[in-house]
Amino acid sequence: MIPDGEKGSTLRVALFITCFNDTLFPETGRATVEVLERLGVRVDFPLEQTCCGQMHFNTGYQREAIPLVRRFVNVFKDYDAVVAPSGSCAGMVRELYPMAAELAHDKRLGADVEELAPKVFELSEFLVKKLGVTDVGAYYPHRVTYHPTCHSLRMLKVGDAPLKLLRAVNGMDLVELPEAKECCGFGGTFAVKNADTSIAMLSDKLRHVLDTEAEVCTAGDNSCLMHIGGGLKRQRAGVRAVHLAEILASEATEERE
Amino acid sequence: MEIKAPDAFSGGRTPSFEESARESLADTQLRRNLGKATQTIRRKRAVAVEEMPDWEQLREAGRALKERTLRHLDEYLLQLEESVKRAGGRVHWARDAEEANGIIAGIAKSHKAREVVKVKSIATDETKLNEHLEGEGIEAFETDLAELIIQLAGETSSHILVPAIHKNRSEIRELFMRKLGARGLSDDPPDLANVARLYLREKFLGAKVGISGANFAVAETGTVCVVESEGNGRMCTTLPPVLVTLMGIEKVIPTWRDYEVFMQLLPRSSTAERMNPYTSFWTGVSEGDGPQEFHLVLMDNGRTEVLADEIGRQTLNCIRCSACLNVCPVYERTGGHAYNSVYPGPIGAILTPQLVGIGRPGSDSLPYASSLCGACYEVCPVKINIPEVLIHLRGKVVRHKQDEGSIKGKLDPENVAMKAMAKTFSDRRLYEGAQRAARIGQWPLARGGTIHRLPGRLAGWTEARELKPVPEQTFREWWRSRNGSAKDSSGAGA
Repeated sequence: MIPDGEKGSTLRVALFITCFNDTLFPETGRATVEVLERLGVRVDFPLEQTCCGQMHFNTGYQREAIPLVRRFVNVFKDYDAVVAPSGSCAGMVRELYPMAAELAHDKRLGADVEELAPKVFELSEFLVKKLGVTDVGAYYPHRVTYHPTCHSLRMLKVGDAPLKLLRAVNGMDLVELPEAKECCGFGGTFAVKNADTSIAMLSDKLRHVLDTEAEVCTAGDNSCLMHIGGGLKRQRAGVRAVHLAEILASEATEERE
Repeated sequence: MEIKAPDAFSGGRTPSFEESARESLADTQLRRNLGKATQTIRRKRAVAVEEMPDWEQLREAGRALKERTLRHLDEYLLQLEESVKRAGGRVHWARDAEEANGIIAGIAKSHKAREVVKVKSIATDETKLNEHLEGEGIEAFETDLAELIIQLAGETSSHILVPAIHKNRSEIRELFMRKLGARGLSDDPPDLANVARLYLREKFLGAKVGISGANFAVAETGTVCVVESEGNGRMCTTLPPVLVTLMGIEKVIPTWRDYEVFMQLLPRSSTAERMNPYTSFWTGVSEGDGPQEFHLVLMDNGRTEVLADEIGRQTLNCIRCSACLNVCPVYERTGGHAYNSVYPGPIGAILTPQLVGIGRPGSDSLPYASSLCGACYEVCPVKINIPEVLIHLRGKVVRHKQDEGSIKGKLDPENVAMKAMAKTFSDRRLYEGAQRAARIGQWPLARGGTIHRLPGRLAGWTEARELKPVPEQTFREWWRSRNGSAKDSSGAGA
């Protein structure tokens, strides 16, 4: 089950929970720890971590985001790998921190970012590409459809890593989501600033999710799932949104929600 | 939509994207027309690109060529001027739209032209040339079918390549019957095209002056190029005795050979064709063949400002293919009019605010008209990192608001909230305190395990989605309780 378990146990791995999951979706964090520990990875959680600054940076409050970028780099720079159950926040660090360092005109920060960025992984990437694992020993007897979130797909280019993990889950009926690659309409502050457009995008995503007749819609980002799940709940659609980590953490003996 | 609204380039105050999008989103016919059209062209483009084994290398070549050209733009423009003059053409330099319009109107008047025929040109839409000519007593006739449709309807373009994408066949049929007096007309595309053809043929034969834009112009030879599908461009650039081309300065390419790259990238990206039907090239004038007088107007109109911005300058790579519009989930739903600019969609959201300058309420909203999904960057044939430029411009908009020094800017609820949150996130104790406060503070909102309605601007969220309340225990509280206080240390070190 763990072909490269040795490697996992010797790596100094930090969990980057993201402020969003820490506060709103602790169950995703617990599931992430569970999956990693099951695979023999020793996970550390540096408590000094707060927010990577993505919301500020992407909304235009870049001056305000720079201290958060510095803070993140200081908290995580000494680890071998940093794993986040979020494609969006991992993408911020890996793809946008260099731009932030440049905006800050801070060469040292730039050098630190250059060293840290390649060590930051989204969970599915870490499992499949870094550890070389696809079967994490999960059991999840439900009909599930997977939404590839934009930042995991186009920014991090995780490819089919999440699908590889999902296909290896026992008891699961995985169904393809039509027009899967189209954005759900979340987009951070976009969902509030351009609520009407965001909702128009969401309504098409929900239609596709419902078309699959799945009972669970999963993804690697709770932000997009909060959007999709919030829409499903408002419609009393009878379909729930569950983070990928929680599916992977489920076992035959103690099935999670 | 019947009346031409002011856009970002007409000087007046324009509505924000949010306001205009709300209107467009409610138009069910528009949603249907756009959804159908963009999905069709998106699929076709994917097929046309798929068959190119070296597509990624071509994109990289296109990007590199544009980047190099822009780095030496001053030299290439002078070389172009030299080459055009050598071939018997005349070259004019226009600092802005007003100068460009003045030059073109002057040329038309010097030939006593009362009518001019035009090939589709966004540069002339940018300068509002038609309106300017009208003011000088000169009537401009659009000859591209879609441009003709919107001109007859008194509307503005809603797409870079397919200006009338927001209209369907039956709407066009009604328009032609009303405006061109066509009788017994069906909504069959060949029938509709025929009515336009008969109407336009007369204009082509009578006009003394033709006006075009330019897709490219070669510095080395002075050859100008227009890429089109209908043949109207060929007629406009060959039949009238005088030809005037308005071109943004970023359209120059160094050598004839560079076409090799762009002619592979452009048709596949725009119309999903291997090659477009008509590609016209002309170099100055040739005696006894085609126009005997050729004027090239090279226009800046904000472009050098864009060039000065290290992140923003890649916007000038754009070859106006419109692939980014067709894949954009925002554009697909709102349509082009919501952008209040001749440049709609993702490219418009970065080009418009840069050309007109940051600090205008209408166009300042454009960089926010995106969920940053990145689909545009993925298809861009010259690899413009549109999400990166969007984020960069959002930063400029916010900094402009903050540094302007107005009380309104400082007290803007978003600004206040963002600053407070940044402070909270900068200190672990403040952050953990805020987590506790959110849990306690949400009680008036959280009912039965969900938040049904949020106050203020956040109400946009709960308009269509429930919100999960803050749970009893944060992740870090769980971690601490699991690991005991021994783990309560900061920084690295497993």
